[in-house]
Amino acid sequence: MKKQNHFALDEKLSEISRRDFMKFCGIMAVSMGLPIGVAPQIAEAITNPKRRPPVIWLHGQECTGCTESLLRASHPSLEHLIFDLISLDYHETLNAGAGHQAEAALHNSIKENAGKFILVVEGSTPLKEGGKYCMIGGRPFVDIVKETAAKAAAVIAIGSCASWGGVQSSPPNPTGATGLPEVLKGTTVVTIPGCPPNPYNFLSTVLYFLTFGKLPALDDKARPKFAYGRLIHENCERRPHFDAGRFAEKFGDEGHRQGYCLYKLGCKGPITNANCPSILFCDVGAGAWPVGTGHPCFGCTEQAVGFKIPLHTQAEVSQITPDAAHAPIETEQGKGLSAGAAGVLGGIAGVAIGAGAVIAKQLGQSEEGE
Amino acid sequence: MEIKRRDFLKGIAGGAALALAQPALALAREKSRLPDAVGILYDATLCIGCKACMVGCRKANNLPAETIGPQKLWDNPIDLSARTLNIIKKYVSGTGEYKDREINGFSFIKRHCMHCVDPACVSACPASAMTKDKKIGIVSYNKDACIGCRYCQVACPFNIPKFEWDNPFPQIVKCQLCNHLLAKGELPGCCDACPTGASLFGPAAALLEEAKRRQKMQPGSYYDFPVSTITSGKIQYQQAAQYIPRIYGENEVGGAQVLMLAGVPFEKLGLPDLPSGSYVALAENIQHTLYKGMILPIVAFGGLIFLVKRSDKNKE
Repeated sequence: MKKQNHFALDEKLSEISRRDFMKFCGIMAVSMGLPIGVAPQIAEAITNPKRRPPVIWLHGQECTGCTESLLRASHPSLEHLIFDLISLDYHETLNAGAGHQAEAALHNSIKENAGKFILVVEGSTPLKEGGKYCMIGGRPFVDIVKETAAKAAAVIAIGSCASWGGVQSSPPNPTGATGLPEVLKGTTVVTIPGCPPNPYNFLSTVLYFLTFGKLPALDDKARPKFAYGRLIHENCERRPHFDAGRFAEKFGDEGHRQGYCLYKLGCKGPITNANCPSILFCDVGAGAWPVGTGHPCFGCTEQAVGFKIPLHTQAEVSQITPDAAHAPIETEQGKGLSAGAAGVLGGIAGVAIGAGAVIAKQLGQSEEGE
Repeated sequence: MEIKRRDFLKGIAGGAALALAQPALALAREKSRLPDAVGILYDATLCIGCKACMVGCRKANNLPAETIGPQKLWDNPIDLSARTLNIIKKYVSGTGEYKDREINGFSFIKRHCMHCVDPACVSACPASAMTKDKKIGIVSYNKDACIGCRYCQVACPFNIPKFEWDNPFPQIVKCQLCNHLLAKGELPGCCDACPTGASLFGPAAALLEEAKRRQKMQPGSYYDFPVSTITSGKIQYQQAAQYIPRIYGENEVGGAQVLMLAGVPFEKLGLPDLPSGSYVALAENIQHTLYKGMILPIVAFGGLIFLVKRSDKNKE
């Protein structure tokens, strides 16, 4: 009986039908904005045992939310990811071993796979006072990161903390929390910001690297363009309400219940680049993202927005586009002279006439004098 | 009779200025559409009010958005301005239910330079800053020649040229039919962006033919409507609306290179009901007659001198 159960579980975990697998590759291709024809190439990349890539995942100052987010991905599921797609050699949350055993796995993997592994860093790196605010196995995290990154094939910073420092880097920043691109100056660090980031943005980046052997196109903040190329505002499901000027003014008011635009509640969608409204979270269907649930976007993927601009402060719209209303045929072009304006004008005219008369008189006198 | 010294000097100065201006007024003028004239046919019955043309215009002319209201949320100009060369306006009547109907209906209308056959702005411009292209007939503006008098604004019967009131070195701003793009073989921003063919670019003569074809269409029947340009090959197959029997711009003030069709009378859409003759022809004829050979000014000047002499004698 027990054996049977085990068998059923085993089957569930390990037997992924070819169809499901190709579906996964297709979904990944689409989420990266690649033609669907690339799916077989992706499949080849991840089924080739030689190319099943070792991944080393380091944690700095963080909440493990990024990992939690990844655990909730369902295509691929986590077990599929770490057993079939990548070789997750070190991950503090998911390690089977602990203590010295875990550290040994890390060192072995770095030694064996030097120049081949993908380094993923979650969390910020504290730099103040020699980095003593984050010690792992008795060593400052900053040293571990620098040492590991030097041997990695690609470095990915997952989450806002790793991307630029995140919440810990907000003033007064007591630990000197710093983002990975700043710590590893001179190294290309792909950043997947978000608090947490969408796991598919991370998975897609990894798969792109495996399939094509290079990093996807990045924007000026080293974010993959396929995921961060557009403003939340551009793809937001509530955009028509914005264009029509229908806003929720308060949480729970009539407009809020009607699903109106959350801009006036402080939504940072107009200044935040991310694909949240397009790919949503947690694979549970429509509306599964902050704005969908009725909360304004707080700009977690955007440095200088998330954790910087207060939650309910209105954003300045960065891409101004036409509204849904139209100008009327006749527009009022001023309302004639108001009483006050007429008074002022009259006064000025009076002074001018008086001055003119005086000047004329003086001119006459001087002519006579000559 | 006494003439003041001041008035006399004023008369002399005015006469001198008119005498100097004489050669500029004696230009030859065309009165019919140039053979290679290009233009736009705007069909309000095809317009869906999406404002893609306004966005296209901003991109094509590198113009910033114009925000009205305390919060800078939308690009929402209420009229043409120094930053808005093209605007979609909306006519609504009663319940506003039916498209292209005067009563209880609505209609969109696009406003920009009509590129007149005989443009009043060009005639009024004392500095020849407004010019009409001799080949394709686009009315354009040269900021280096402009003296900022804004006569063109007063002269235009369609209220099109706008002035940069907020700029210390202001210019006159108006639609120039994207002549910078035409020179590169591209399309005007609005016609390129229009998804329905409501703004259609092409040779003015062909557009007039197309407008006439549409006037003859059976309302409710389906026809092919070209999109972007008359020869683009892109076609929208759709129902013809009930057009009012008028092609706006065909004859108004001597005709224009921009033509308009609508289902609602044009006066309701803010387009003035203008006579078919050219104002410019009338004004220039009067001017040219008055100053022909400088005979009348010389006679008037002689009269003035006579008056002055006589009053001087009387004094003595």
